[in-house]
Amino acid sequence: MRLRPPARALLVATAVAILGVFPLIFSSPTSTSIAVFTLIFMVAACAWNMFAGSSGYIALGHAVYFGCGAYTLTLLANHLGFAAGWGVFALVPVAGIVAGLIAVPTGLIALRARRHTFVVITIAFMFIFQLAAFNLGFTGGSSGLQPPTPLWSVDTYNLNFYYVTAVVLLATFVLTWLVRRSRFGLQLLSIRDDEERARGLGVRVARVKLSAFVLSAIPVGMVGGIYAYFLGQIFPQFAFDPLFDLSIALMAFIGGLGTLVGPLLGALVLESLQQYFTVQYGSSQAYLIIYGALFLVVVLLLPRGVIPSLEELISRARAEPPEQGPEEPGRTADTIEAVR
Amino acid sequence: MSALIEAEGVGKAFGGLQALTDCSLSVAEGSVSGLIGPNGSGKTTLFNLMTGYERASRGEIRLGGESITRATPERVFALGVGRTFQITRLFFRLTVLENMLVATQRHEGWLRSVLRVAGSAAERVRALELLEFVGLSGLAARPAGELSYGQRKLLELATLLVADPAVLLLDEPTAGVNPTLINQLTERIRELNRAGKTFLVVEHNMEFVMGLCHQVTVLHQGRTLLTGTPEQVRADPAVLDAYLGGADDDDL
Repeated sequence: MRLRPPARALLVATAVAILGVFPLIFSSPTSTSIAVFTLIFMVAACAWNMFAGSSGYIALGHAVYFGCGAYTLTLLANHLGFAAGWGVFALVPVAGIVAGLIAVPTGLIALRARRHTFVVITIAFMFIFQLAAFNLGFTGGSSGLQPPTPLWSVDTYNLNFYYVTAVVLLATFVLTWLVRRSRFGLQLLSIRDDEERARGLGVRVARVKLSAFVLSAIPVGMVGGIYAYFLGQIFPQFAFDPLFDLSIALMAFIGGLGTLVGPLLGALVLESLQQYFTVQYGSSQAYLIIYGALFLVVVLLLPRGVIPSLEELISRARAEPPEQGPEEPGRTADTIEAVR
Repeated sequence: MSALIEAEGVGKAFGGLQALTDCSLSVAEGSVSGLIGPNGSGKTTLFNLMTGYERASRGEIRLGGESITRATPERVFALGVGRTFQITRLFFRLTVLENMLVATQRHEGWLRSVLRVAGSAAERVRALELLEFVGLSGLAARPAGELSYGQRKLLELATLLVADPAVLLLDEPTAGVNPTLINQLTERIRELNRAGKTFLVVEHNMEFVMGLCHQVTVLHQGRTLLTGTPEQVRADPAVLDAYLGGADDDDL
């Protein structure tokens, strides 16, 4: 579905407007809290998709960068004596940069492998970092760490976090959009389709893959920092959480792997549902059943994800009236049947 | 005529399997050279060695006198050697035009490659010209996966031309292609050759090889059997032996 530029601009403007006014309309602490978590996951899914969706390398270890962001912000805030308040948000970009720096060696090692081996290595990294967080001295081990807690009123607390995360989300979206339309993005897609052939056409695949990997780790590290600050505490099992990896991958798959808005849509639906269920039924992890069911539905009915399937539907509907579109083998078969 | 790309005493072993034992080949600048030999004689392996996909166990590959024995495929391409694959490889989920634009990278910095839109106006015009040249311009917006087998071969050739390489290595360009498209392909190769491009073509289609090539090299069981004009090769008893099966050939 290629929307015309004015339609696209209108859509983006509407989305940004909704993003801006949402917490003012749904202002209860419950809904704004759900909104903050949802935005965090929208950033993570969007950034993950920029790498994994474009290159076809399904990384399942981005929790490493989420956790490193969380610990970076907490440790720096505590050790540099940041007063609780707006000042701590200045550490969010630092959390992103540290996550990006950690993505360089981990990415270098993982990206030496292809496909399945790559996936396994990224998972292994996630557990190594979780284990390290449990056992290193400066992370506080299993008792975790507490960043300073800002003394904002209940209403403004969520609002402040909401708008900071919204800004990070906008920046991440602009980044993925830039990458998508760039030569760099085209090279990533060519790697997804046939890496060997891309090399044969002069694409410096090692450099392209690693830089996309690092680029995607930075926003994840930033929201990791926001997450720690928002919760007011951080533990190894939540900072480096295998469910985080599965969640962002699922969000991207459900929305449409490799599409611009698919992962945002997936995160919007899944994370808000999960938070809603947690609020309603306690943290029983019952949401995992919903996750599974939803994933099954998507795999069975919309195997390429919501956005690509919708695009196909719309383009088919548009192609319907004039004459049989050449892109519909099914229809020509039907016509042949009819003639017989 | 001087050798543009050459292999000298090249050998390659995969574990215990000696795919190439001693292979020498020299492609003169501005020529169309053929590389023939029975299945399993090492033609594709030699291509892989020449384009950096595999490392030679011994011997040397040179491009314009400089060794490229240890270069990566990316580097070999940047130096002006383009190749196609025996089983056509394209980016099937990208459009035909996008396939063309992948090869348009110049030596620009990383940041510019992220910030610039893929394919400047000039690059798109050039890509469409080349698609016109191979007769695919009407399909520019279609996904490459929708092309017919022969069209894929033509597109694969066109994607190489985008970067204007000096040498093109074609691995079985006519395999599975209908005769009309084979003629079209032959014409395109002739035309490009007249414009100064050098070709090395692996082929089983003897008519194609004999009609097109200035010089033919025969590989047999990992060795170069001989190099000569098509007439010489056709008349050589050793070549007939290799193809038709001599005393102790191919009986594993």
